[in-house]
Amino acid sequence: MFEIGGKRLKSRLFVGTGKLPDYSLIEKMYYEAGIEVFAVAVRRIGPNTKHTKNVLEYIPKDATIMVNTSGAQDHKEAVKIAMIGRELTDSDWVKVEIEKDTKYLFPDSFETLKACEILVKEGFKVFPYIYPDLNLAKELEQIGVEAVMPLGSPIGTNKGIGCEVLLKPIINEIKIPVIIDAGIGRPSHAAQAMEMGAEAVLINTAIATSADPLKMAIAFAKAVEAGRLAFEVGILKEYEYAQASSPLEDFISG
Amino acid sequence: MVSFLKEAEELFEEYKDYIPTHREICEIIENKEFLTKEDLAKLLNVSSKEDIMLMAKKAQKLTRENFGKVILLYAPLYIANYCQNGCVYCGFSCRKKYKREKLSFEEIENELRKMKEEGIDSVIILTGEDRINSSVEYIEKACRIATDFMSEVSIEVYPLYEEEYKRLSSIGVVGITVYQETYQREDYDKLHPFGPKKDFEFRLNAPERALKAGFHEVCVGPLLGLSHPKKDVLCAILHAEYLLDKFPKAEISISFPRFRSAGTDFTPSYTVSDKEFIKFLLIARLYLPRVGIVVSTRERPSLRDVLIDVCITKMSAGSKTTVGGYAEEKDEDAEAQFEVEDRRSVSEVVDVIIRKGLRPEFTNWVKGVKSV
Repeated sequence: MFEIGGKRLKSRLFVGTGKLPDYSLIEKMYYEAGIEVFAVAVRRIGPNTKHTKNVLEYIPKDATIMVNTSGAQDHKEAVKIAMIGRELTDSDWVKVEIEKDTKYLFPDSFETLKACEILVKEGFKVFPYIYPDLNLAKELEQIGVEAVMPLGSPIGTNKGIGCEVLLKPIINEIKIPVIIDAGIGRPSHAAQAMEMGAEAVLINTAIATSADPLKMAIAFAKAVEAGRLAFEVGILKEYEYAQASSPLEDFISG
Repeated sequence: MVSFLKEAEELFEEYKDYIPTHREICEIIENKEFLTKEDLAKLLNVSSKEDIMLMAKKAQKLTRENFGKVILLYAPLYIANYCQNGCVYCGFSCRKKYKREKLSFEEIENELRKMKEEGIDSVIILTGEDRINSSVEYIEKACRIATDFMSEVSIEVYPLYEEEYKRLSSIGVVGITVYQETYQREDYDKLHPFGPKKDFEFRLNAPERALKAGFHEVCVGPLLGLSHPKKDVLCAILHAEYLLDKFPKAEISISFPRFRSAGTDFTPSYTVSDKEFIKFLLIARLYLPRVGIVVSTRERPSLRDVLIDVCITKMSAGSKTTVGGYAEEKDEDAEAQFEVEDRRSVSEVVDVIIRKGLRPEFTNWVKGVKSV
């Protein structure tokens, strides 16, 4: 169990729902992969239609909804979307996602900071999606966000942890949880993030666009668990040369 | 603004006879994350089935990575067909003699109600180009009504001034579609002999004015067949890129509607085969991986069904292209702006999408956000 955003959770794997081929997978992921947090883009919370049901109807009532402000172009829109999202979902968890561009979907740091300031004051549990920028992470920590969500690499690229040297200082230096978001393409990438000391990871594309999203979610859940266990035990240092399992020193000193 | 047209022209001239080898095509497609403009120009000349399949495979991968397994659905709503333009190819041309109509606000509401019953939640409001009969005030009121019914409202009306776009943006209209018809000035001039549409640059600059005014989404493209298709495709792709560069937060879409007869005696100078059409869409995806690609009901069902597997992100469904065509049965062929090839219902299109392991989606924007 770990605590985040005022909740006690078992699974450190958060899943985005935007690219799923079928929302009925959400319930299966909850029960079969143990996933408890689902990020939902407010822009996609449409009403029930003749052909489609509102995504919220597929989310088990005990699961946590993290409303996502994706599509927001500035802090004002993000705040408005968060407000709409809270009304619609009754969840005060909000992932602040304000993109700088639609090509790389990089977060807009300035607007994100402004939105977070407002949303924290409005009583939201705020989870900003950010560049792996330690200074920004520290400022957000000061403001009172619940966690920071730095990208591993650009959204949807499956490139994995492309900036470990930037992520590690954030994990080392700030006290609030770090959730690696975006770019994680394989379970081994997720395990790597957890081994580094991330509190959780958020995955969408790698699960949603796989040939079998449920099976892939299970694979990710296991990888996240394995990575976390390894982190807790302590990852051993890397050496340039072979280390004898019965070091010579034992004989010499004896 | 028109610098991209010059660039497209130069690129086209430089590479129009350049036939890339299979090896070169593999190098471009398999090893490059982002294509150069030269690559783009070269790919326009690809013709072998094997190479096009290679492009399709990469295009599919890029589409899934960037857009997931989701196809957005929308439907057009033609509210008026008055037009002051004499476009030689268009079913709405003022030279064509038939009963002109304009829906009352009550009729617009009925149309929207009917569309909503069919499951549509995203609508594009269309008019002909007539600032008197389809004034901005009329369009604005129609959009206000539409926002009461639909999660997403866009427009495909005559080019407006920035202040007018601002008015529409402020009431929650999120997107515009403006087809340039052709990016080749000389042909454009001949095809649009009179009327306000004759102003090539005012039309060309419309997407930019809309984005400045606060619109989220813009769809651009040529009407293939009116002029040299490869040149028009190249221009449209560079147009989309230009808008992306200038408005990086906007969502840009591209569409390559092919000319369809609309009850005029116009015969296009060029015809675009299925193979060429598919190739153009694939090239757009390879060059602009995050740009939306739209296909309308101008295309036949079998082709649309294949394309949603590969590169399409948004398509119309259950479309009626006559004024007031949803609430009452009308002779589509006689009064439509163009012939609809895919006459399937929304339900039938939805079934196909689901059968392909994709998710139909009717909502892309948060209602009410623009009223911040």
